[in-house]
Amino acid sequence: MSITIDKDKCTACGSCEEACPFGVIKIEDDVAVVGEGCTLCGACEEVCAFDAITIYRPEDEKAAAPDEYKGVWVLAEYRAGQLAGVTYELLGKGRGLADALGVELAVVLLGAKTADHADSLIKSGADTVYLADDDGLLNFNEETYSAITVDLVRTYKPEIVLSGATAIGRSWAPRVAAELKTGLTADCTGLEIDPESRNLLQTRPAFGGNIMATIVCPYRRPQMATVRPRVMKQSEPDAGRNGRIVKVEVTPELLESKIKILEMVQETGDGVNLGDAEVIVSGGRGMQAGKNFSMLRELAELLGGVIGASRGAVDSDWIPYAHQVGQTGKTVAPKLYIACGISGAVQHLVGMQTSDVIVAINKDPEAPIFKVADYAIVGDVFEVAPQLIASIKQRLGR
Amino acid sequence: MNVVVLLKQVPDTKDVKIDPETNTLKREGVESIINPFDMYALEAGLRIKDQTGAKVTLMSMGPPQAAEALREALAYGADEAILLSHRAFAGSDTLATSLTLAAGVRKLGGVSLILCGKQAIDGDTAQVGPGVARHLGLPHTAFVRKIEKVAETSLIVQRMMDDGYDRLEIELPALLTVVKEINEPRVPSLKGKMRAKKIEIQTWGPEELGLNDEELGLKGSATWVTQIFAPKPRGKQMTLEGDVKEQVEKLLDFLIQDKIINIQ
Repeated sequence: MSITIDKDKCTACGSCEEACPFGVIKIEDDVAVVGEGCTLCGACEEVCAFDAITIYRPEDEKAAAPDEYKGVWVLAEYRAGQLAGVTYELLGKGRGLADALGVELAVVLLGAKTADHADSLIKSGADTVYLADDDGLLNFNEETYSAITVDLVRTYKPEIVLSGATAIGRSWAPRVAAELKTGLTADCTGLEIDPESRNLLQTRPAFGGNIMATIVCPYRRPQMATVRPRVMKQSEPDAGRNGRIVKVEVTPELLESKIKILEMVQETGDGVNLGDAEVIVSGGRGMQAGKNFSMLRELAELLGGVIGASRGAVDSDWIPYAHQVGQTGKTVAPKLYIACGISGAVQHLVGMQTSDVIVAINKDPEAPIFKVADYAIVGDVFEVAPQLIASIKQRLGR
Repeated sequence: MNVVVLLKQVPDTKDVKIDPETNTLKREGVESIINPFDMYALEAGLRIKDQTGAKVTLMSMGPPQAAEALREALAYGADEAILLSHRAFAGSDTLATSLTLAAGVRKLGGVSLILCGKQAIDGDTAQVGPGVARHLGLPHTAFVRKIEKVAETSLIVQRMMDDGYDRLEIELPALLTVVKEINEPRVPSLKGKMRAKKIEIQTWGPEELGLNDEELGLKGSATWVTQIFAPKPRGKQMTLEGDVKEQVEKLLDFLIQDKIINIQ
C-alpha cells in the first residue's frame, strides 16, 4: 500500500480523520489507521502537523520525462466552418507557456477548406499550423480526429497539448491521451510552467468545485490539458506575424471509421449558446412562473446577453433545458451573471461561480447565492428587475 | 446482445468542502451514492434490454464498499454485477482506471455495447469512458442525448454539441457516454430489490484481469495531485443599500465603471 502511518510520530490528534473526504482514515487504539477506499489524494498528509503520514510517490525512482519532447500545441476547435473562441484563448495561454519554455507554439487544425483559418491562427500567435484539410474531416469524428492527432504527436513530439473543454474537446483529448498512455487533466483553470522541472502545473476544480487541485504529469509526454472556454484570455492578433503551414497528408486509412455522421443539427431556434455569452441573466424558482421569464429576457437583451436558468426553473417547465446552468446543465463563465430568484444550491453554483462578476437578487438575505455574489440586492425580483430595465432604458436615452 | 454499464460509487460532493482558514478538507457525514450520470446509462441499458432481450452487466472499479452501489443498481433490473477491487488499484488516475476497466470488459468477453455516464461528479473529468473505448480498440462517442435506433450491428444516436447535436451511426461493438437528457430513470420495483439481494457480485483483482503492477494504481498513473487548496473566496460581496431605485442605480454605476457592461 502506498500510504504509511509512522506510529511513533502519530499523536492521534484526529486532524487526518477530519480532513479525509472519503472517510477512510480513522483513529483506532490511539493511532491513525487507513482503511479501504484510500485514493492517495494527500489531504491527510497535508494536514498532519507531525509528519506522521507518508504517501509513496514514485518520483525518486523514475527517470525524468523524455527530453526530446518540445513544443506547445493547441488542438483547434473547428465546427460548421468556424473556429471556436476557445481556440484563440488557448493560443493566448499557449503563447505564454511556449515563451516560458523557449519553445514553439503550434496548432493542429483538422477540418475542411480551412486554409484561411490557418492564416488567422498564425496571426494570432501560432508559429506552425499542422493543417489536415479534407472533406472527410468536415464533421468531428472521435476516431478520425484522434487517429490523426496521435500520428502527429508521435511524429513531432510536443511536450504540451492543449484543447478546449468542450463537447468536442472532452471526447477527443481523452481518446488521444489513452492511446498515447499519457496524462490528461480536464477543465484546467490555471496552467503554469514550474521553472525548475519545466513541468506543466495544472490547476482545476474538483468535488464539484468545492476544492481546487494542482496536478502534474512528470514522466510521460505529452502533458495534456483541457481548458474551459472563457477562462483564458484570447491572444491579440498581429497582422505582421509570420509562421509556417505544414500540410498533413490525410490518407484513406486515417479516414477509416466505424462512425458515420448522418446529420449536423444546429439548434438556432432559441439561439442559446450560454458558453459564448458575455452576459447571462438567470432565473430560478423565485421567478414563480414561466411567463415571468419574459422580463428577464428583456433585461438580457438590453445588456446584450442571454437567459439562463436554475434546475428548479427547468424542472418546473418554465424554460427549456438548453438554458440550464449547473452541475447537470451547462458550466458558464460570462463577464456578468445576474441571478434572479435563485437560492444558490451548490449544484447551481458549480455551474457559474467562475463568472467575472456575479450579481444576486433574492428576497432571502440568507440565500447561499449571496456567498458568491460580488453585488447583492436583497429584495423582490419583481421590483428590482423592472427597475433595472427602466434605469438601463433611461441611460440609453430611450 | 451483451451490454455493460460502467458505474462508479462517489461521495455526494455537495458535502465536501475546504475550510479556507486551515486549508483542510472537511466532510460533514459524506454519503456515498451511485454517480448520478451513471443512473442514466443504466436506464439506457435497461431500455435496450426491454427492447431486445439483451443482458445487462454492471461493472465498477472501487473499494469493497462499492459493492453497495452495485447492489443498489442491480435492483433496477440489471442481470449481473462485477466489482473490480484490489489494494493495487488505489491511487489510479483516469489512465490507470480506464485501463483497469477495459481489462474487466475484455475478460467478460462478447460485449456489444458499453454505456457510462458522461462523467463522475467527484473527478468531473469525463475521461474514463473514452479511455476505455480506446484501450479496447472500439469506436466511441460522448454526450449522447438520444439513442434513436438499436440494431444488431449498429446504433443511430444523437450526440450533443455545444450548439446543437450530431446524428450519427456507430458500428457495434462500441462505447457511449450519456447525458442526463437521454431518459428518465425508472424506479426500482420491490421485486427487483428482492431479486438483487440474491445475485452474487463477483470481485476481480489484478490476477483475474491479467494486469501487472506497472499498469495499476499510482504506478500506472500518469498524473497525480501535488496540492489541494480552497478556491479563492469571491471578490467584493457588497450589499447594495437604499430603496430599489437607489440599489439599481448604484449597481449600474459600478458595472459601468468597471467596464463590465457598456450602456452609455
